[in-house]
Amino acid sequence: MALDLPESVYLTSLDKLANWVRSNSLWPMPFATACCGIELMATGASKHDIARFGAEVMRFTPRQCDLMIVAGRVVMKMLPVLQRIWMQMPEPKWCISMGACASSGGVFDTYAVVQGVDRFIPVDMYVPGCPPRPEQLIQAVIDLQEKITKTGTFWGREFKDRVTAEGPKQNAAILPGDIVTAPGEFSKSKRINLN
Amino acid sequence: MPFDDITTRLREQFGSDSFTTSEFRDNRRIHVKYERAHAFLSYLKDVLGFDMLFELMAADYLKYPDARDRFGLVYGVLNMATGERVFVKTFLNEPDLTIKSVYGIWKGADWLEREVYDMYGIVFDGHPDLRRILMPEEFTSYPMRKDYPLRGRGERHNFPIITRAES
Repeated sequence: MALDLPESVYLTSLDKLANWVRSNSLWPMPFATACCGIELMATGASKHDIARFGAEVMRFTPRQCDLMIVAGRVVMKMLPVLQRIWMQMPEPKWCISMGACASSGGVFDTYAVVQGVDRFIPVDMYVPGCPPRPEQLIQAVIDLQEKITKTGTFWGREFKDRVTAEGPKQNAAILPGDIVTAPGEFSKSKRINLN
Repeated sequence: MPFDDITTRLREQFGSDSFTTSEFRDNRRIHVKYERAHAFLSYLKDVLGFDMLFELMAADYLKYPDARDRFGLVYGVLNMATGERVFVKTFLNEPDLTIKSVYGIWKGADWLEREVYDMYGIVFDGHPDLRRILMPEEFTSYPMRKDYPLRGRGERHNFPIITRAES
């Protein structure tokens, strides 16, 4: 027996409502350190407009944001600052690691550049590229919206379950052995099996 | 003034065997001992009119074939009136990596010397505030030396890990 509801009444769950609200209004905190920051600005500009997807304002104070976009290489001097900004963001919060340098250190495998912020910060979405085109960043935001819609909860219970670090060492323990996960020792690493 | 005039006046002031010169196209260099470098640079600025220090860098010759000294220090000076450049090159060896600072001659040498100290460990005597400028303050090594590996010794990953559950 179908309920005869008037047009303006919806029957849903709190989780679905919260997910719909949160995913469609992800306000980014642009943590732009280098060249990816320029592409982030281009994504916010009028031609590729990230505001179409809910990222209406780029607040530069972490207290008012829910999405941190780490755009650019992060040096060891900057990493404690990044961690502090992440801790200052209120729940619920997500993180996009934009570009090759934030995801893995990029071309800069040197003494000063951290080889991927996911070693020290929990990351939800990675965007490859050097720099990624604005369309790629927008795709990452869309994918994150899908992730929130599928796995989000009203009280944010899905965050409490992520108790382990999610960096390359932990991934190397989970992934099959013939996939290169943490390059650096190129003389000993194996090629990716593409079959 | 042409380079020969410069070298003649330097020989008059400091003696004929106090320095050697070399040239390649328009790159004119004067090689001096590190004890006399400050006096040479002071004379170049005050008397010969080289009023801008545009370059202060060091080089580590540890793995260089047939090198006699470990560190070379290069001062580049520019005469803003005539546009001439001269490079003054000195050499330093361990264990005594100290040289008199040229902060008293050019104030702009402040950060240049801090960078050389940060990257090579060469101490500048008389510098008002000699501390690290590019690396964090608590960094212990000198990264541009040839015996420091490119990927570092693990300092870049020596930070606490924040998991999602606790942040």
